[in-house]
Amino acid sequence: MNFEFSDEQNLLRDQAQAFLRDNCPPSAVRTILDGDAPYDADLWQKVAEMGWTATVIPERFGGLGLSYLELCVIAEELGRAVAPIPFSSSVYLATEALLAAGSDAQKERWLPKLATGEAIGTFALGERAGQPRPDTLATRAANGRLTGSKMPVADGDVADFAVVVAACDDGDGAALHLVETGGVERNALATLDPTRSHARLELADTEAEPLGAAGEGWQHTQRLLDRAAVLFAWEQVGGAQAALEMAREYAMGRYAFGRPIAGYQAIKHKLANVYVKNTLARSNCYYGAWALSTDADELPLAAATARVSACQAYYFASKENIQTHGGMGFTWEFDCQFHYRRAKLLSVNIGSEATWQDRLIAAVESAEPAVA
Amino acid sequence: MDFNDTPEEAAFRAEARSWLEANVPSREELAGLDEIAASKLWQKRKYDAGWACIRWPEEYGGRGASAIEQVIWNQEEGKFSTPGGVFGIGQGMAAPTMMAWAREEHKRKHLPPLASGEHIWCQLFSEPAGGSDLAALRTRAEKDGDEWVINGQKIWTSGAHYSDYGILVVRTDPTVPKHKGLSYFFLDMKSPGIDIRPIKQISGGANFNEVYFNDVRIPDDQRLGEVGQGWQVAITTLMNERFAIGGGGGVGFKQVFDLARRIEVDGEPAIRDRNVRSKLATWYAQEAGLRFTGYRSMSALSRGDIPGPENSIGKLVGASKTQDMTSFAMDLMELSGAVTDPEYAERHGLFQNAYMGSPGGRIAGGSDEIMLNILAERVLGMPQDVRLDKGIPFNEVPTGAN
Repeated sequence: MNFEFSDEQNLLRDQAQAFLRDNCPPSAVRTILDGDAPYDADLWQKVAEMGWTATVIPERFGGLGLSYLELCVIAEELGRAVAPIPFSSSVYLATEALLAAGSDAQKERWLPKLATGEAIGTFALGERAGQPRPDTLATRAANGRLTGSKMPVADGDVADFAVVVAACDDGDGAALHLVETGGVERNALATLDPTRSHARLELADTEAEPLGAAGEGWQHTQRLLDRAAVLFAWEQVGGAQAALEMAREYAMGRYAFGRPIAGYQAIKHKLANVYVKNTLARSNCYYGAWALSTDADELPLAAATARVSACQAYYFASKENIQTHGGMGFTWEFDCQFHYRRAKLLSVNIGSEATWQDRLIAAVESAEPAVA
Repeated sequence: MDFNDTPEEAAFRAEARSWLEANVPSREELAGLDEIAASKLWQKRKYDAGWACIRWPEEYGGRGASAIEQVIWNQEEGKFSTPGGVFGIGQGMAAPTMMAWAREEHKRKHLPPLASGEHIWCQLFSEPAGGSDLAALRTRAEKDGDEWVINGQKIWTSGAHYSDYGILVVRTDPTVPKHKGLSYFFLDMKSPGIDIRPIKQISGGANFNEVYFNDVRIPDDQRLGEVGQGWQVAITTLMNERFAIGGGGGVGFKQVFDLARRIEVDGEPAIRDRNVRSKLATWYAQEAGLRFTGYRSMSALSRGDIPGPENSIGKLVGASKTQDMTSFAMDLMELSGAVTDPEYAERHGLFQNAYMGSPGGRIAGGSDEIMLNILAERVLGMPQDVRLDKGIPFNEVPTGAN
């Protein structure tokens, strides 16, 4: 047993951190927050040149063929930097959907472009408030055509294709389809976190390629969510750590009653509690990273555990960061809002904390069947 | 990163497991034995077979095992219900302090009986006037020839009434600032002049004591560290304290999860309720997080790093979790929640007993508030609290009494 990243992986972390410090400073995040651009295209191109989008794609499809541990390292750093790019949609979801369910032809067509960042993919599951299920999906697939509205679709306005979950009459009641978005009506959606763009996709008898067999779409979706949950959790842990560092730095420099507010127990204990939640989440992410990288049987439980504690940690860190900053933390001018927005976005993007708590207990139940 | 065993680790695990399966004492074997006798029986059996305190060097009664082997052993022994809580302080706190500070002949003499369970040790640190502010302790030691004469009072001393030896911090010089006037000893708990009085706890038990010292004599030979270096030695003990403080009272996620499967709410098992699932999932994630944090620090230990203050989170999170879980378990029982009568209570009162014991876990071995201070100051590098006694000779520091 070995519960640490390798020296090479730690080196990758250092490089990624330095790269993002230079190429994704808070001012770059703010440009997207305040401006009209859906994402930081310049950063996206550089990230792709670094090979991050190609990390786990096999070499025969133009990727680097590295392990998911490397991808977890990158995810943490992107989370720390609150990077305003469509990385999670394209890499954790679209690429994964193709790797899991794509035909050879589909992989050959899309993976090399995903690897270079030339193509952006996304995943379209949600339609309206509440937990999606096959029997509540209004979007339907019939004869290679899809009809229905999908929202919110992260990066739906900029993606070249979307992997769409639609209801069907076979098997588990759902099918995945790959929809090229060129001819689809797409409307940008305002969300809590303008540094990550979202859209509503109107599918009206839209031509779509089946991805995997009809009637296996829901199983694929669950598997995809388990895998993405680990990577999202690493982003959340990176963001939570950044929020803690931001709060600490401010508290050390901010004087009240003649000394730094970092010297008062009210602030010390608050930030120590943030540290505790961050540490538990990080440790659970280690286990999740291992389960993801080895495709272990424990993945559903490991992913849910990492996801639940990462949701809790980032939310807590982001709100206590604002609180530590006092009134300044509530101003548009300060960067505290980046984490507060991103924390909530990430915690609902692939299903809420409550949904993942439910999945966690379901995984424990299936590991320990009840005694009659 | 690899959460699976290497072939060598798998072989070690198999060896440990098969020995445990053949040797863990059965319920019948332990019937009629009190906790101490049962603990001693199991500890001696482990010692004789080379499975006691496995991280310790062989010459001190251990096995010279690696940190990872310790993790594996803990995982495997943890699958059984085995007695042994009475050795936590001796093996977990006194022994590492002895290893770091004692002379070789003392280590060879005192560590093997600690490993075998022959000797039980207690920790004589806290005082009525020095709890969280431990360095404010007032028990005096005065030199008399080759001996020290001890007078004063300790409190919250777990197991003092059945301990063979104790580790003790005393004030040897009241005229210097408080941290500089302390010295550290170990002593025979049967020494003349020691008076032990049990303290009844809210849980009904009386595990800890007041210990009075009236002209108790300790050979200078049993001093650890230099005169005046006692605080530094005590830090070694305190850094290892996390090993000794459990306090879960046998209630963890598993016990509450099983209860939620048995108990019905609205005509179906409570576990189907979304609120119940939400709470249980949070506790599961905390337990898993603590477990993996422990593994990660063992990995660090195997590289030779010393256990750091970040390990304070185990007790900090664990104690509150136990309190919250047992409270929630009783809520699940609705009208029966308060029943402690072992004949009628769920699990013979396990949850109620752990509920009454849990406040102690949040205080023992450094209160929650002290743990948060340690994390803030030593891990996050935030400033120390304002200390009005800083740099002042101990005998000039204001107290409530003067």
